Amino acid sequence: MPIDLIVTVAVQGILTGLVYGLMALGLSVIFGVVRVVNFAHGEMMTIASYAAIVAFGAWNIDPLVSMIPIAVLLFALGYAMQAALINPFINRPEHSQFILLAAVAIIMVNGLLMIFGPDARNVLVDYALDSIEVGPLLIDKVRVITATLALAITAGLFAFFKLSRIGKAIRACADNHMGALVVGLNVKRLYALTFGIGSACVGAAGAMMTLLIDTTPNVGPVFTLQAFVIVIIGGLGSMPGALLGGVLIGLTEAMAGLFFAPSAKTMFGVAILILVLLFRPQGLLGRKA
Amino acid sequence: MIARLTEGVPQRALILLGLLLAAMLAAPLLVGDYGLSVLILVLYFAYTGQAWNVMMGFAGQLSLGHSLYVGIGAYAAAALYVHYGIGPWLGVWIAILLSMSAGLVIGFLAFRFGIGGVYFALLTIAFAEFTRVGFDHFTWVNGSGGFFLPVAQYSINDPLNLRGSPTMFYYILLGITVLAFLFCRWLLTGRIGYYWLAIREEPEAAQTLGINVFRYKMIAVAISAGMTALSGVFFAFYYNNLFPEQIFSMNRSIELILGPIIGGIGSLFGPILGAVVLTLLAEGLTDIMAALGYELPGVKLVFYGLCLLVVVMYLPNGIWPPLRKWLGLGERL
Repeated sequence: MPIDLIVTVAVQGILTGLVYGLMALGLSVIFGVVRVVNFAHGEMMTIASYAAIVAFGAWNIDPLVSMIPIAVLLFALGYAMQAALINPFINRPEHSQFILLAAVAIIMVNGLLMIFGPDARNVLVDYALDSIEVGPLLIDKVRVITATLALAITAGLFAFFKLSRIGKAIRACADNHMGALVVGLNVKRLYALTFGIGSACVGAAGAMMTLLIDTTPNVGPVFTLQAFVIVIIGGLGSMPGALLGGVLIGLTEAMAGLFFAPSAKTMFGVAILILVLLFRPQGLLGRKA
Repeated sequence: MIARLTEGVPQRALILLGLLLAAMLAAPLLVGDYGLSVLILVLYFAYTGQAWNVMMGFAGQLSLGHSLYVGIGAYAAAALYVHYGIGPWLGVWIAILLSMSAGLVIGFLAFRFGIGGVYFALLTIAFAEFTRVGFDHFTWVNGSGGFFLPVAQYSINDPLNLRGSPTMFYYILLGITVLAFLFCRWLLTGRIGYYWLAIREEPEAAQTLGINVFRYKMIAVAISAGMTALSGVFFAFYYNNLFPEQIFSMNRSIELILGPIIGGIGSLFGPILGAVVLTLLAEGLTDIMAALGYELPGVKLVFYGLCLLVVVMYLPNGIWPPLRKWLGLGERL
């Protein structure tokens, strides 16, 4: 196999992986602070994807533009979900939280199925097939753009958590729930904000994803699993970990697709997950609990 | 032993259970073909839910990948039957052993490395997914193309090879479900049941009291995996077709555990009640949709999801515990 092809596929995989990373980042932020595993994560991303598809179909808005209002929309959805549904479940056992979010996921997948039907949809922008030549390599333009945006959003989020007062308050909740209550932080509101921020990430990722893959209602559960795999590899709650996990999974999938069969690619991702869980359960960049 | 099974159970509970069993025994004479297929589904979910409950409800280990054990059981028995002509009553033991081994491997890795809670649940999903994709490329059982058993003639019942009419399947499954119910009752009232209770509620305290937490968690996983394999064997011979995409899927795992969660985790009758409620709900919805001439895909499951949401929000312990109290049946059923 020519080395050019292998390198090209690897680079494409890494670029796609960065968008995966942004999606998983949302899950990681939510778990790191609220300590609830969002089992409806991929489904929320699918909602964002359909919003971008509708915006493009109806008003010809490029998903790279519509991702801003979509992220805001998903922020509102996440905020409302946390405030109305999940908050009463914060101190309930894990299986109870799981079943709540599984129910939300079922409603989302099938709601989308009712509205949009089972057919695959995508967004075909006029630069969809353009590629950038880097030496002997030919890299898809959309992948370069989306990966750059994913990196920029992650950097922005990182700055928000490190520098802003609200970001610091949210981190305080994550570090010490009781302490945060004692110093008078409004933990409920901060949890809802965090869920909103995590959902906004997945909203932006979902809009960008329409440029990379076809969307059907059923990709929701697949991406939920994908997001879990990524954040556990990277470390649940670790922001750089989510990006690293995304890149690793993107690369693994691309390589598995090239050397084995594209249908076997999930197996390799899950195999990495099992190894990480066994030998470094806190994840590659996670802190020991 | 019989005394232990009925000890502490109020007489009225025994009478009600007896009446229920009598009704179930008579049911095939009263309901039509469609009703029978619904009842088989109810029993299937009741039994599988009971099996999952051993691990989660009794020992407190959340598995979200139980479709793995269903799939292993189903494929093992079906492949032995089709490739080597080994009948299901022999094949089932091999299926159970294989499934138990899989459970023990996962349990060993998880419990030895101290993986608990959410991480354990995700590990179980990971193993199920890994196996699913693996079976997609496993040509001995025809990979993703699906594995088929020769379809039975409904006129001849051949219980030895599990080939026959739905009525035969119904009675076999009813027998299995009743035995599983008694077995779980026996487990719960014995030493092991109390050990599990201690491990579920306070693992550290249990350890301090000298309970070998690792060993009893492993036993719970092995029993649960073995019992679940049996429902896989039944599935294979009843439906006659197996697709990795379906049988190992995460959706299937979720479907299996909704019954006991809705019914009441950790209780003995909860999984049965949950299976009845969920199956009737799903079937009822299909009927209503059909009657209204409403064919939109997804409507049924949206409503299903909403019902689930309501139950989990307002009846966090499931339907059975409050109902049990209202019927005055004591705490131990």
